[in-house]
Amino acid sequence: MDEILNIRGISKKYEDLVVLDHLDLQVRSGEVVVIVGPSGCGKSTFLRCINALEKVDDGEVILDGKVIDPQDKHLSKVREKIGMVFQSYELFPHKTVLQNLVLAPVRVKKMNRKEAEEEALRLLERVGLLSKKNNYPRQLSGGQKQRAAIVRALMMNPEILLLDEITAALDPEMVREVLEVVLDLAKEGRTMIIVTHELPFAKAVADRVVFIDGGRIIEEGEPKDFFEHPKTERLRKFLHSFTYE
Amino acid sequence: MDFDVLSFYFPKYAEAFLLTVRIGWLGIFLSIVIGIVSAFVIYFRVPVLSRLIGAYVEIFRNTPLLVQLFFLYFGIPKLGLNISAETCGIVGLGLLGGSYMSEAFRSSLGAIPNSQKESAEALGLTSVQTFFQVILPEAWVLSVPAVVANVIFLLKETSVFSAISLMDLMFTAKDLIGLYYDTTEALFMLVVFYIIMLVPVSAAGSILEKRARYKMFGE
Amino acid sequence: MGFELLLKGNNLGRLFGGLAVALKISLLSVCISLVLGTVLGSLMNDRHPLIKGVLRGYLEIVRIMPQLVLLFLAYFGTTRVLGINISAETASVFVFSFWGTAEMSDLVRGALSGIPSVQYESSMALGLSDLQTLVFVILPQIIRRMIPLSINLITRMIKTTSLVMMIGIVEVLKVGQQIIEANRKIDPNAAFGIYFTVFVLYFIVCWPISRLSKYLEKKWEA
Repeated sequence: MDEILNIRGISKKYEDLVVLDHLDLQVRSGEVVVIVGPSGCGKSTFLRCINALEKVDDGEVILDGKVIDPQDKHLSKVREKIGMVFQSYELFPHKTVLQNLVLAPVRVKKMNRKEAEEEALRLLERVGLLSKKNNYPRQLSGGQKQRAAIVRALMMNPEILLLDEITAALDPEMVREVLEVVLDLAKEGRTMIIVTHELPFAKAVADRVVFIDGGRIIEEGEPKDFFEHPKTERLRKFLHSFTYE
Repeated sequence: MDFDVLSFYFPKYAEAFLLTVRIGWLGIFLSIVIGIVSAFVIYFRVPVLSRLIGAYVEIFRNTPLLVQLFFLYFGIPKLGLNISAETCGIVGLGLLGGSYMSEAFRSSLGAIPNSQKESAEALGLTSVQTFFQVILPEAWVLSVPAVVANVIFLLKETSVFSAISLMDLMFTAKDLIGLYYDTTEALFMLVVFYIIMLVPVSAAGSILEKRARYKMFGE
Repeated sequence: MGFELLLKGNNLGRLFGGLAVALKISLLSVCISLVLGTVLGSLMNDRHPLIKGVLRGYLEIVRIMPQLVLLFLAYFGTTRVLGINISAETASVFVFSFWGTAEMSDLVRGALSGIPSVQYESSMALGLSDLQTLVFVILPQIIRRMIPLSINLITRMIKTTSLVMMIGIVEVLKVGQQIIEANRKIDPNAAFGIYFTVFVLYFIVCWPISRLSKYLEKKWEA
């Protein structure tokens, strides 16, 4: 399988605090990489560096063989190819669900509005939100908002999808409806990098799990090995913190 | 209260009312234009210009309209620039209001969370598209309560126009009290016409605010 | 241009005297407004329909009536209509307090409504009375939000006092006018310099106060 994303030695500091310390990660097309780690370990920052929402101090991110330059005037062209879903949904409150979905395809991809709407309706149906197409975000539950936000990212047909703790703000009973959408996307062969705290979900969806702590990759591996036979003490401790034995 | 006096006064007040409303709303229109331009300049940190605008806002927010009008109307002509009382009223109200409107627009632009900008940019929107498609429409709705408050404030401020001899409602009241001594009737009509001028605006403002709140927060 | 006139005789001193008159009226009114406004604002959430209705009406009057109209009503209305003779200064303090109290009570009400009802419930659960809850639990929480807003009210009050010249009080703008009138022959262009000076005087008084208000607001926001 061919590699679509290559992250080489990226580092990031906030004043004196080292958040990312020479991180490397390669992602192949169709692969689902799940990143886990304690709060404040730098995993969200790592995700935000990939589409240049944060500027890296060192290292580079290479997408499709091309280095992403945060200074690039045409950065938005690159971001078209990288979808991102945020913890706090970030739907646009002044637009209906449908308007939220077609904004970027019409403005950025110059897609015909009618075609964009058809595509949007098709995807909304898939995630069970067709009846909400003319509702405003405020009229949706958290789970519905997050499903709409995923569809909004999908509308651009990105080569890779970044999911940043997308269930962290949800009530427990809504987590499942969102994660099922993500599982579905994984089955369909979407390339994704997922930051999450839902370990059982990570186990189910991941091709590879990466453990980050203190801005470094401590351990990575296939889900079965990763969760059942952790090699490092730090990962063992981290996994243990989720159990009550 | 003497009804004959009231009906005798009515046309005089009506005329003054129209003048006050005209100058008031032209001034408000000007203030919104100034406010939007100023807020943009400050939001985008346009070099030099944003400092000048910042100074303008501070100066006009920290001085009374009456003093501003006196300076514009009696002071500026001494430099050889003659301005009619009406223009002076519109410009004065526009400058005062512009400084308030600028603050209203600027702070609502600043109140849009950065994450909204990020999510738009993550979708591939350029910064110009992000501003016009996402930030501006949201800020516009957010600024409604402050703009409504400013409009009411500015309409009330029109009451000082009489000081630069514009024949507005206050001028008429003072004039009639001086001429006929029917103080009760004169003051009554004054209050009635200010009610006519402001109650509809206040009511419309409340509806607008409610709508904006619903649009933004759904409550 | 009129600037020389400032140094002539006691003109500068007279301007400052006028400023002092304006400041006296506004500070007196602010003090009254702060006290009455806090009390009234605390009552504003009262469920009693009569209290609620009266307060609503009061706020609406202040919201739509220009202060100058109120000033006219208080000054001309009382003397000529009711036959009571009150001085222009008393009328001004009365009107500005009437206005300021409404503004202040609205600020207090706004700040109070930002306090989650669980705060009331939890202090009631501890056995505190309504008044104790207000004084010991709720008011301390809003005081940091109230101080900058109250300071802001001071600058607004000072700016509004310029209106008192319209009912004949000799404050700074009126003094300026008198100086210009008195020197019409010597310096016909004095209006520029004198009114500019008055403009600057107001700015010098109000600007530091609003800076302080903004500074405190920022500092206590976090």
